[in-house]
Amino acid sequence: MEYLTLQNIGLVTGFMLMLIGLYGALTQKNILRIIVAFTIFDAGLNLVIVALSYIKGRVAPIIDQTTGVTNLSEKFVDPIPQALVLTSIVIGVGVTGVMLTFALRMFKTRHSLDINDFKQTKW
Amino acid sequence: MIAIILAIVLGLVMISMAIAALTAYRVRAAVLASGIVSLIASIIYLLLAAPDVAMTEAAIGSGLTTIIFFYVLNKIRRSDV
Amino acid sequence: MYKNMFIILLLAGFGLLLGSFLLTHHEYLSLPQLPAYYADNTAPEVGAANVVTAVVVTYRGFDTLGEVTILFVAASLIAMFLKHSKAPRHDRHPRPSSVILSTSQKLLFPLIVLFGAYVFANGHLTPGGGFQGGAIIATGFLLLLMANPQAEFKHGLLNAIESISGTSYVIIGILGAILGLGFLDNRFISLGQLGTLFSAGAIPVIYSLIGLKVGAELSNILHHLNEVQNEE
Repeated sequence: MEYLTLQNIGLVTGFMLMLIGLYGALTQKNILRIIVAFTIFDAGLNLVIVALSYIKGRVAPIIDQTTGVTNLSEKFVDPIPQALVLTSIVIGVGVTGVMLTFALRMFKTRHSLDINDFKQTKW
Repeated sequence: MIAIILAIVLGLVMISMAIAALTAYRVRAAVLASGIVSLIASIIYLLLAAPDVAMTEAAIGSGLTTIIFFYVLNKIRRSDV
Repeated sequence: MYKNMFIILLLAGFGLLLGSFLLTHHEYLSLPQLPAYYADNTAPEVGAANVVTAVVVTYRGFDTLGEVTILFVAASLIAMFLKHSKAPRHDRHPRPSSVILSTSQKLLFPLIVLFGAYVFANGHLTPGGGFQGGAIIATGFLLLLMANPQAEFKHGLLNAIESISGTSYVIIGILGAILGLGFLDNRFISLGQLGTLFSAGAIPVIYSLIGLKVGAELSNILHHLNEVQNEE
């Protein structure tokens, strides 16, 4: 029962999502499905990082009336992983957009979405 | 305690949606399932005391990514897409 | 066959790695030294109520500058890949959007943009900030695109907003280096009182500029994708 904490649940869910995403990216043939698997891997990784920053019984790092302004390091969860994940999510959408437009360009030249049809990098 | 039960249920839904995203016949169903994974992830971020990350994930990871996927899918007209 | 074996072995190894991490890690009981410093000293040093915003904009501001640059490069790459042919557009007549969509768009678009501006202007007090607000503004722009997909938008306006806000971001960073203590230091404007809108020095200005830049970039991506739709 002592293993059933919010942090462990977040970690297990994130690890499962990472494994599912990796499996999908390795086994799928359709390019669009590979990109979907990459976004699932991304979501799992972000969830793991945020879950590692959580400390039981503490609040979000925002100063207001309930927290006061003293002894804040004993009331807040870790703010640095949250800032890093904020960065990671925004970069993730940019990378997904680039992958999708690349897939669209490949479909227009070869009229195929199968990854096995693209043997050479030049076309 | 309620937060832990909620987190377990949401985690199970997330994992099953991720599996559904890989096994769906049509790509658009897979895209929707991965959008649901992101949306539920934002609720779990809220439980883990990270409201900033939750807002970003709901607006960008779940909203804009799905929309960009659908703009591209609309361009590729095939039976299994 | 060998490929499947390889995939299974790789997944099993990765799973073992993650599982052993899960069994051996210990939850922190107190913050490590650096996050504890940030939590204790954000209010007197930076003056922002939201510690995550202080870390993103000030303590690790250089990372954020790099991130905005990556987003700019991604938007340029998408524009390059989707460069549409110069052939004259044959004007087919698509189905017009429904009355509900076009009417509600006129009402909702200013409200959505206002809400996005609220989110990024209050980034130092409440959850939210430039990236979230920029994404909300891009959502409003998406509604505009869906209501009239054939309309010609002024492309130069988006580009102008993007380049002006990006340049001002760097200029403010250099001002911090000259007038304050280092690049992207926020203390060359007075810190004000903790918890009010005009506080935390340059953080609201920087986050508003980031919000405008991110909003313009994401809208630009959506606009390029929409033009490819129309060209067909």
